[in-house]
Amino acid sequence: MNAILELRGVSKAFPQHRAVDRVSLEVKAGAFQALLGPSGSGKTTLLRLVAGFEVATEGDILLEGRRVNDLPPYRRNVSTVFQNYALFPHLTVEENVGFGLERRGERDIRRKVREGLELVRLTGKEQRYPAQLSGGERQRVALARSLVLRPGVLLLDEPLAALDPALRKQMRGELKELQARVGTTFLFVTHDCEEALSLADRVAVMNAGRIAQVGSPQEVYLRPATRFVAGFLGAVNWIEGVGIRPEALRLGLDGAPGNGEKRRRAVVVGATFLGNCLHVETRLESGDPAVIEISRPFPAVSPGTPVDVWWHPHDEMRFP
Amino acid sequence: MRLRFWFLLPARLGMTVLLAAPLAIIVAYSLLHRGPYGGLELPWTLESYQRLADPLYLRIVARSLGLAAAATALALALGFPAALAIARARRYRNLLLQLVMLPFWSSFLVRTYAWVFLLRDTGLVNTTLLALGVIREPLPLLYHDGAVLLGLVYGYLPFMILPLYAALERLDPALEEAAADLGAHPWAALWQVVIPLARPGIRAGSVLVFIASLGAYLTPDLLGGAKTVMIGNLIQNQFTTSRDWPFGSALALALMMLVTLLVTHLLRRDAEAL
Amino acid sequence: MRLTLSLAATAVFAFLHAPLAVLALFSFNASRFTVWEGFSLGWYRAALRDQALAEAAGNSLLIALVSAAVATAAGTLAAYGMWKRQDRILLGSLYLSLVTPEIVMGVALLALFQFAFRWLDLQLGMFTVVLAHVAFSLAFVVIVVSARLRTLDRSLEEAAMDLGAGEWQAFRLVTLPALTPAILAAALLALTLSFDDYVITSLVAGVDSETLPMWIYAAARRGVSPVLNAISALVVMFFGLVILLSEALQRRARNGRTR
Repeated sequence: MNAILELRGVSKAFPQHRAVDRVSLEVKAGAFQALLGPSGSGKTTLLRLVAGFEVATEGDILLEGRRVNDLPPYRRNVSTVFQNYALFPHLTVEENVGFGLERRGERDIRRKVREGLELVRLTGKEQRYPAQLSGGERQRVALARSLVLRPGVLLLDEPLAALDPALRKQMRGELKELQARVGTTFLFVTHDCEEALSLADRVAVMNAGRIAQVGSPQEVYLRPATRFVAGFLGAVNWIEGVGIRPEALRLGLDGAPGNGEKRRRAVVVGATFLGNCLHVETRLESGDPAVIEISRPFPAVSPGTPVDVWWHPHDEMRFP
Repeated sequence: MRLRFWFLLPARLGMTVLLAAPLAIIVAYSLLHRGPYGGLELPWTLESYQRLADPLYLRIVARSLGLAAAATALALALGFPAALAIARARRYRNLLLQLVMLPFWSSFLVRTYAWVFLLRDTGLVNTTLLALGVIREPLPLLYHDGAVLLGLVYGYLPFMILPLYAALERLDPALEEAAADLGAHPWAALWQVVIPLARPGIRAGSVLVFIASLGAYLTPDLLGGAKTVMIGNLIQNQFTTSRDWPFGSALALALMMLVTLLVTHLLRRDAEAL
Repeated sequence: MRLTLSLAATAVFAFLHAPLAVLALFSFNASRFTVWEGFSLGWYRAALRDQALAEAAGNSLLIALVSAAVATAAGTLAAYGMWKRQDRILLGSLYLSLVTPEIVMGVALLALFQFAFRWLDLQLGMFTVVLAHVAFSLAFVVIVVSARLRTLDRSLEEAAMDLGAGEWQAFRLVTLPALTPAILAAALLALTLSFDDYVITSLVAGVDSETLPMWIYAAARRGVSPVLNAISALVVMFFGLVILLSEALQRRARNGRTR
């Protein structure tokens, strides 16, 4: 599998700041790639550079081996699903989905539109207008509209952000399944780590215009390359200069060590019930605070209770 | 986006030819000398601007400023209750706005003429009062400053109501409730809370009415007769009967500058407020 | 306090409408004096028969249609161009044209035309009036269309281009349909502005191009005639309808219905 999209030293400098700073990335064909980062990290700008809505001030963008820096959006073989879907309000679902096909002068548009809608499981609504559809349905129309053009890469801008939480979980599964079915390379932008981890095969974590780390979801979560990546992907306890995730810590009320596990004495400071888990805040002997995430059964602890905190060295995250 | 150049071209051309060029020409004319037959000739001179200081013309400027100020004050006094009533009306708000806007958009000329119809010696007001025996001779209701003032207020009242309404509508109703909760009588709340917060609207409306009144032509012409000459009439005169284009140009530019100063002053104040 | 407010407001509304209402009422007066002597449509009949009046009205209509068309086209394109990217100079000049008193605009345009006519073998006439009307209508068109553009989602045009539409196609297929109600509203506004203008028109019109406002003004100067009342009532009604239509269109545009 070759890289269908390649970014080499790509920068985008605005008068006031560099939104993207010499980013290099390879996206393999068929991948589900995430660009994860906080707002202002440059991820959206990067997406727009690939789409053609911004022009790179430095570097090369290669699509299917060809340099596309100077090509306008309507001549690139990528398609974008916008955050609020950008469906044309004055056109029906059928006309929306067929829009790109019409521009290309393709034939047999009605059939292709029908196939596209079948792909996203939205048949039967061809004559409706966007205003008459629900949020989830609109997203499907946007997906169909882009996918019928068989783009080399499908770009998605915060695909789940506009949906309400209940719908989000459902769409997550559907998106993953859709991508697997069509095989198109998906590149999406998000600030939500849960979204990135659950959807993507590969995650590129961005910060201040640069890529901090690229890897599988497991890699970026369990083996973060920098403190920033560690902190952005989830909560981190810093114990004696080493980072450990709350769920990697164990609370022992009486001694019972596992193999090679480390142990420290601590005092409970408080506990917060979060529904599906309990966060126990402690203070270690060394003075470092540590939060331990515990699933059921919840131990009975109160402030002042002395406890043992255990963890396995392979869960430690060390940074230079 | 090369398309943008062609899209903007017609308007740019229009503004250059129909606004910038005319203004440039009257700037030039204001610095020329009036020829014997009403034409324009060199040398370049500032005499037209110097004539502005002549007490005869200063009186006209003073009257214009005075009338404009009076019209603004009256418009504020009348417009505020109207704007407040609209802002508070929940159900009929749009209807009320339409009621204000409709007369405003329906031919300024006709609206001004309507007052001629009402106020002249054989007009409705006089004939009614005569018929009722209240007066024995028709009252001179027309062709003086009072009539012009009435015409200005009537003509430009909507200019005051709309910005006031916009400012009042933005007001958080919770503020008035808080004032009441803290012991303020409705009148006190009005003076202490509503009016101060409506100040941007008051400023905007006042500037609009003032500027419009200052540059008025039709109103003093139809309602003021020969006795009430405002700057607008004076300017028109120079370009027609008096054929003194340099002086007319100087007057026009002076008016223009006054108006532009007022507007930029207002914009700066509101920009600061932001 | 509510009562005082309602009373005061009612008084103001009455003040705004009374003069026109009275005028309209007396246009149906059988007598030419300001004493009611019975209902009659005679003055309306006289108005429709007046040749000079008909010619003036015809001139006004022609001028209004042409100037509104030109101003709407140029203004819409300008509003769109500025929506894509600011043009401070153009915007500033449009605001200047709004702020400039009519009399100043009128004499300045007169000066321009007379100056230009030294080289061109032309005279003041209908076309100078049309040009003048375009000059002051342009800013209003830009305002109305810009207001609608501000509510549009920019990503729609981007989506169109993403799907293969060029710049002009994106404008034509996606933005223009959404703008149509606002464009019509702006055109109607330009029509009314042109139809009602007296000050500027009287300065730049030629001898053969009397407009309706000029006729009305001359009639008002001569002394009140009941025919004038009838014409006034007709004009007010005409304007009222046009403005209501324009507002309805703008409301439709605001509610996002683009069909």
